[in-house]
Amino acid sequence: MIHTALELGSLDVTAVEAAGFAFVTIANDGPVEAGVLAAHLSRRTQRIGLAPELHVTVTEPFHLATQLASLDHASLGRAGWVVGAVNTVPAYAAVGGTLLAEADLRREVEDVIDVARALWTSWEPDAVIRDVESGRFLDADRVHHVNFVGARFSVVGPLITPRPPQGEVVVIGADTLGVTSRLDVALIDAPSLDELSSRAAVAREAGASLVFADVRDPGALRPDELEGVVDGVRLHPSSSDDLAAAVEALGPLPPVAATLRETLGV
Amino acid sequence: MLHLGLFFTGVGPQLIWTAPNFAPHTHIDTFVATARTLERGLFDAFFLGEGLRVRENRGRVYDLDVAGRPDAITQLAALAAETTHLGLVATQNTTYNYPADLARRLASLDVVSGGRAGWNIVTTDNAWTGENFRNGGWLPHSLRYSRANEFVTAAKALWSGSSYSLHNEVIDIDAPPTVAARPMLFQAGDSPGGRDLAARHADVVFSANTDYDKAVAYAADLRARLAGYGRSPDSVRILPGAMVVLGDTPAAAADKAEWIRREQTTGSRAIAFLEQYWGKDLSGYDPDGPLPDIEPAEGELDPSRGTIPIEFRTGKAERIAAWRELGLSIRDTVIQVTPQHNAFVGTPGQIADEWTRYHDSHAVDGFNILPQELPGTIEDIVDKLVPELQERGLYRTAYTGTTLREHLELP
Repeated sequence: MIHTALELGSLDVTAVEAAGFAFVTIANDGPVEAGVLAAHLSRRTQRIGLAPELHVTVTEPFHLATQLASLDHASLGRAGWVVGAVNTVPAYAAVGGTLLAEADLRREVEDVIDVARALWTSWEPDAVIRDVESGRFLDADRVHHVNFVGARFSVVGPLITPRPPQGEVVVIGADTLGVTSRLDVALIDAPSLDELSSRAAVAREAGASLVFADVRDPGALRPDELEGVVDGVRLHPSSSDDLAAAVEALGPLPPVAATLRETLGV
Repeated sequence: MLHLGLFFTGVGPQLIWTAPNFAPHTHIDTFVATARTLERGLFDAFFLGEGLRVRENRGRVYDLDVAGRPDAITQLAALAAETTHLGLVATQNTTYNYPADLARRLASLDVVSGGRAGWNIVTTDNAWTGENFRNGGWLPHSLRYSRANEFVTAAKALWSGSSYSLHNEVIDIDAPPTVAARPMLFQAGDSPGGRDLAARHADVVFSANTDYDKAVAYAADLRARLAGYGRSPDSVRILPGAMVVLGDTPAAAADKAEWIRREQTTGSRAIAFLEQYWGKDLSGYDPDGPLPDIEPAEGELDPSRGTIPIEFRTGKAERIAAWRELGLSIRDTVIQVTPQHNAFVGTPGQIADEWTRYHDSHAVDGFNILPQELPGTIEDIVDKLVPELQERGLYRTAYTGTTLREHLELP
């Protein structure tokens, strides 16, 4: 059995959860910002993972890490992050930035993923001690500066939010970002099974924990062909009929655990 | 009518974490339970603080107070799904945010909550906080309110359906409109720049002027500034921060207030407070003994705590000399020199009577409550003080609207 995810679009998240999907991704192109929407949906659901797309290029890395950590707290360990790397003139104009060359863009993506992971773990699991005797709420030796220095920014830390329930939020991104070694889930959008197979092998070689196939045409879903090639699939159904057809084609789904990391085994 | 909000800072000495029943103050379940209690008590708003760097003392993470908080907008978006009426106000900084990004996130909170979003506008030029951001310390102190004003003007335009473009020394933006929204704007700054920003843009001021005479003077000053911007005197709600300590008798309330005060100023905290002035390790001193007999280090105060009120940040040598004159122990000195100006202590009836006086003179429109016990403070207010206010006709007996604007009775 392979893991299942889908891009939420305008679907009802409770129906997707009821169908047994491991997680939904939430593209950041709707009227409601994806991180805010994911947080809201975290309290309308109990088991499904929630992975908003947040862009590394037009956000503050510190805010991005804080927002995702907070989503993980609000959802009790169901947060994922779809790494976005918008690199367009209008997107930069909104925040006063300029386009990045390809190599610089890849470095920026790497830096933001690295600093986010460092910030999420900047509070050790047992940092809050509440020791009435000594009057210490925290053990200051277990809350760390990250002192991250990237190519284009630096962050001292620690995170203002305590360690997320999952430790690190599940990091999901396209293999085309060129940062596969840093991903928990590499998404591969390939036009053929042959290409999918070869890119999946490359992604595994690069160190992605899991490899998912992006299947855009609901009619093209062939779970039996994907078995053994990838670990999971992300669907893009555009209607509840598409969703029903996909559920039919997929057959029984793997069980969903309390946290997204446990569900995916990463 | 009086309006009540809960201001949950999530850090600092205010919250007494040593109580056996202290609820984990960063856990979502604690926030949900608190929000539901506030809604039962017909509060206008749940108001989250923000600070963008974990506080330190002499280069080390400060370990004596509660610390750690969620991203305010993320947390409030989650709470929007758990509540139906409560206003949801996020403190957000204009120095270390992009206007287009923050305007979009606030508009999104307004949409998912059905018109219950608020934004408490804060500024900083603090380079120490800026070390967590791409352009730390970029904004000179003198321009922080100029930036804030441009930022809020841009956000309002984007919320009302317009594109917005402006490039100058304090803002660089060319952005499309957000989804239609109008979060309520809160402002707390008490400097002339802060008051001016409030008069220009705010729907609610969260003032520090809680003493009756100061509250009256503040209201007069704000209303004069409002007139300067062509706004009516009743277009802004004034909700100063307030601590409430209730007891069944006046003596019981006073005893509880004294207990709270000493819990909030433990010996270790008193030592840490002095270390900011001395700039030296004072951990060897007895908090119940006299002030340190050594001289303080040269130089300015350590900015990294973020806890010292502005009025305490200057005149270090004179201040220490005056403290020595008091002849008190370290702990009692700190209690003495950090008086609380914002506490209402008494029986529910006494406080309701006192608040009637504030209300009748139009000095305030209500209060933002600063909790000290979690749970405890809010439960006591909702169960004991709110009925007294309702009996006096000072407080709603049901929500009459669903949006924060409606709760605040603003047009």
